Amino acid sequence: MGDLRVNIKNLSLKNPVLTASGTFGYGEEFADFVDLNRLGGFIVKGTTINHREGNPYPRMVETPSGMLNAVGLQNKGVNYFIQNIYPRIKDLDTEVIVNVSGATVDDYVAVCERLSELDKIHAIELNISCPNVKQGGMAFGTTCAGASQVVRAAREAYDKTLIVKLSPNVTNIAEIARAVEAEGADSVSLVNTFLGMSIDTETRRPHLSTITGGLSGPCIRPIAVRMVWQVAQAVKVPVIGLGGIMNGRDAIEFILAGATAVQVGTANFIDPSVTVKIVDYIEDYLKRHNISSIREIIGGMIR
Amino acid sequence: MEKKIQNLIVKESLRLSATYGLLKLRALEGETLPKMLPGQFVQVEVADAKNTFLRRPISVNFVDRENQELWLLIRNAGEGTAHLIALEAGDQLNVILPLGRGFSMPGDKSKRLLLAGGGVGVAPMLYFGSELKKAGYNVHFLLGARKKEDLLELDEFARYGELHISTEDGSMGEKGLITQNTALQRTWDNIYCCGPMPMMKAVAAYAMRNNIECEVSLENKMACGIGACLCCVEDTTRGNTCVCTEGPVFNIKELKWGI
Repeated sequence: MGDLRVNIKNLSLKNPVLTASGTFGYGEEFADFVDLNRLGGFIVKGTTINHREGNPYPRMVETPSGMLNAVGLQNKGVNYFIQNIYPRIKDLDTEVIVNVSGATVDDYVAVCERLSELDKIHAIELNISCPNVKQGGMAFGTTCAGASQVVRAAREAYDKTLIVKLSPNVTNIAEIARAVEAEGADSVSLVNTFLGMSIDTETRRPHLSTITGGLSGPCIRPIAVRMVWQVAQAVKVPVIGLGGIMNGRDAIEFILAGATAVQVGTANFIDPSVTVKIVDYIEDYLKRHNISSIREIIGGMIR
Repeated sequence: MEKKIQNLIVKESLRLSATYGLLKLRALEGETLPKMLPGQFVQVEVADAKNTFLRRPISVNFVDRENQELWLLIRNAGEGTAHLIALEAGDQLNVILPLGRGFSMPGDKSKRLLLAGGGVGVAPMLYFGSELKKAGYNVHFLLGARKKEDLLELDEFARYGELHISTEDGSMGEKGLITQNTALQRTWDNIYCCGPMPMMKAVAAYAMRNNIECEVSLENKMACGIGACLCCVEDTTRGNTCVCTEGPVFNIKELKWGI
């Protein structure tokens, strides 16, 4: 069997298949469908310093080959996570990565500090790219200065593996990636959702309570693949690719574009067991192509 | 309850009216249907439709244990549901089931129960009514539709309880909305309701005013159906709550409907 292991700085993954934050709950929601221990890891829902109610309903609308969401980081806060959820998932034989969000730099730092106390959490993903909150989120991730500021502060507060999740809603994503790498990010993950909008033409009202929301699903995949390819050439740290991965073929595509690992997001809503199918596909792909390690084909597109 | 992803086979596909279809599904050879409770729902994949992407949440209309059948009553509300109604006997359908929390069983058998359904909202009431009858309850159904042709499965409902009918055009039963039906004014201990939002709110307000226990089944737009995406939330006394896992059935006292 081919070697599926990859490393994101000091984080060792048994395979490159992760799940995208906000699409996989706390893993438990999928336990009936997936042997969680077969995944490289999963990234839990965006976590903030305090409880957040998120945005009002409606928060979702189906779009061609995708969906718009405007959840707005609904979560019960980092203390609730530590006290109630962490004890239930910490002993899984997979990596649990916590996605961290905040309205201010101080918020990010406070959550990072709390999470650094947890032995079984070896990495966090800093979310500087949520399009659905009024303060923080994407506001930090769309300028080099804003991104640098948050990552610098988080780096000081957190000494394990620090992944930074980038927004695609920028002119030059490679520039932002270089800026966060310079501040000590161990990895970048991209892309978060694209800012989008949809109107009900019969009622003339927006489909989302927030008017705009984040577009995900296979409709964004070619743009995400292009961005991963550009960023992988611009930085030295490992890149984690995501954006509309629906199956194993799509995962391989991101890896060939330069991703060391991938995240599966919206596809979990349609097939809750899709992640293990992707692991199986990658195993089979290596066998079919006579490749001994997945690491051999990272950035392996032939020009 | 353990959730499963399962392929089911269409045993019968019935066109009930211009807008409604009924799919009778059974498990594949050698497989069985999982236990499902009244008020629960399933997430149905819409295969091969051009412009749909997500699954469609559909209430459990009826479970025929003897014949190992799951019935889904579907209103044509767009391309996805149109595609489902058009399925034919022998076609396969991928579903995730059972999902959500259903209706709560009332206490003692003497309770006076009204199950009110409007439009496609009658769907969960058939299975619920049949289970109540089986458990020894006396059931009344209050069913409403725009016109006679849109009243669904009346013969089936009649097997499990007494029928009260409203049509907006007066083509059958009392003319008007369910909330105007004289049957609603009788004495009830529990009302269970599913239908368009204005109807549920009106019935809930009536129940609240008259101190009647009332549960409603919501159909907020959802993506995953398993509590992961947090899209289908309803504002409740517990804050924003997923309809797919904490509902779709809620006691009206939990809802912030301002009634």
